[in-house]
Amino acid sequence: MNYIVKKVLTLIITVLAITILTFVTFTVIPGDAAVAKAGVDASDEQLEALREEMGLNDSIWTRYTRWIGGALKGDFGYSYQYNNVTVSYLIKTRLPVTLMLAGLSLLLIIVFSIPLSLLAVKFRGGWIDHVISGANQVAMAIPSFFMGILITFVFGLVLKWFQPGNFPSPSENFWGSVGYLMFPALTVAIPKIAMTVKFLRSSIEKETKEDYVRTAKSKGNDEQRILYVHVLRAALIPVITFIALVLAEIMAGSIVAEQVFTLNGIGRLLITSISARDYPVVEAIVVYLTSVVVVINTLVDILYQLIDPRVRVS
Amino acid sequence: MKKWFENFHENWRHLNRKLKIGVVLTVVMLLIALISQFWTPYSTTAMDSSRVMHSPGLLHWMGTDNFGRDVWSRVTAGSGMTYLVAGLTVLIGFVFGVVIGSLTGYFGGWLDEVIMRLNDMLLSFPSVLLALIFISFLGKGTLNIVLALGLLFIPSFARIVRSEMIRYKERDFVRSARILKISPLRIIVFHILPNARVSLLTTAAIGFNNAVLAEASMSYLGLGVQPPTPSLGRMLSESQSYLFNAPWMAIGCGVWIILIILGFSLISDGLKEEGGDEQ
Repeated sequence: MNYIVKKVLTLIITVLAITILTFVTFTVIPGDAAVAKAGVDASDEQLEALREEMGLNDSIWTRYTRWIGGALKGDFGYSYQYNNVTVSYLIKTRLPVTLMLAGLSLLLIIVFSIPLSLLAVKFRGGWIDHVISGANQVAMAIPSFFMGILITFVFGLVLKWFQPGNFPSPSENFWGSVGYLMFPALTVAIPKIAMTVKFLRSSIEKETKEDYVRTAKSKGNDEQRILYVHVLRAALIPVITFIALVLAEIMAGSIVAEQVFTLNGIGRLLITSISARDYPVVEAIVVYLTSVVVVINTLVDILYQLIDPRVRVS
Repeated sequence: MKKWFENFHENWRHLNRKLKIGVVLTVVMLLIALISQFWTPYSTTAMDSSRVMHSPGLLHWMGTDNFGRDVWSRVTAGSGMTYLVAGLTVLIGFVFGVVIGSLTGYFGGWLDEVIMRLNDMLLSFPSVLLALIFISFLGKGTLNIVLALGLLFIPSFARIVRSEMIRYKERDFVRSARILKISPLRIIVFHILPNARVSLLTTAAIGFNNAVLAEASMSYLGLGVQPPTPSLGRMLSESQSYLFNAPWMAIGCGVWIILIILGFSLISDGLKEEGGDEQ
């Protein structure tokens, strides 16, 4: 319990540090928020009035507390690039697509990597093992955006299983949008499946050499049962920490996949906002993305501790 | 290193297969990139409306693009930029990483604790995501990409150097050096770092691998190298509109990126195997 409290406290401090760091960085970098909003043609008096109105003349500490106070209530201010649209509205409308994409990718990873790694171990040294590890090597060398382009070409243009660039809205046609999202999800998932299979295979392999497996065999247990029940369960424990990495990778992958498949998610919003110098949006998304990664890491650390009591972190 | 090259034939034979293939592939690709900076079969910028989107053939190995430009010439010339950006970022990561890792590892203390915490946090982010976050701060452009990716690679070098420092600093040869009143700087540079060369090389190879991938991703997203400089990621994103009529535009570019990455990943895998044999 003590461990969990400590972890959660560290998490809160880290997230606070991230917000301060992000806020200060965006204040320091060149580019005046008032100019960005009013345009370069605005007169000095207009700019000064706007600065006063936007509270840009206050001290950095006042502005930070105001910003973080709003952020806690889900208010990140107004976007620069769209007139009179709040940042939280933008994020709220874009988030579902990103979450659906991430969820589908995770599902694909789990569905494919566990059977594949079991197959590889079961037929160790055989042709199936070689095919799987060869495919792994190739899948890991293909950059995700090129994978997306290949998938668009094969499934979208040649086989015509989906219409690239024509994403049905989830609220109108839920299953249609899931069908479309399967292809970007596949793009995100394939390299991660390769990573996971490589990791899980060696984890299972190591586990099969343990004493308890030999004991179980000598007691006359069925080899299949040993593999599925005992070995797989033990081999999945180190995978939990690995999952944190995979989840973060899914987030990075979906940003790229959104661009390839023209999905209006958080990733595309971030990229257009960087190009348009729409700092309130960029700021909010950066804080959001980093916090998600930090939270996932903390959760995984806690989960690991709960599952494997041998791990006692000092 | 010098000794190794004096006996090149003998030593080369003993390297493992992955390392050999990786080195040959990378050297060939680098040579092609280097030559293309001075000479390409066709101009990389001149447009020719009479040969728009020709499929690959004897005259144009990778076909021509929507403006009639030779894809092979553009891809090989663009790969020079990829190597340049990757090289510079790894250099930044290497120099700062070695300095930070050496000092924190050798001297320890609270600063070591703080910096390593920060390091661990940065390492838990995927490189593409972190590059995107740094670019959000710095803005887009070639120089900013180099800075962002360079920053990104400091932690991995710092971590590996720090662990090597800790591994060696209580060994007898380092203790003797300390008793002989040799300055810590000298001990770090001449006594410990040479022992860390294999793991440093491996980290550098992985760094190149990630740098190429991150640079290509950022350029693909339109945040990296800006036109008119040819860049592989940018070309891929432009080729997407012509995917149906001229798939070779995308394929030539993509395969080239894969070959660059494959070369570095084979080198790093091979080095890991070599390092494993030593112990």
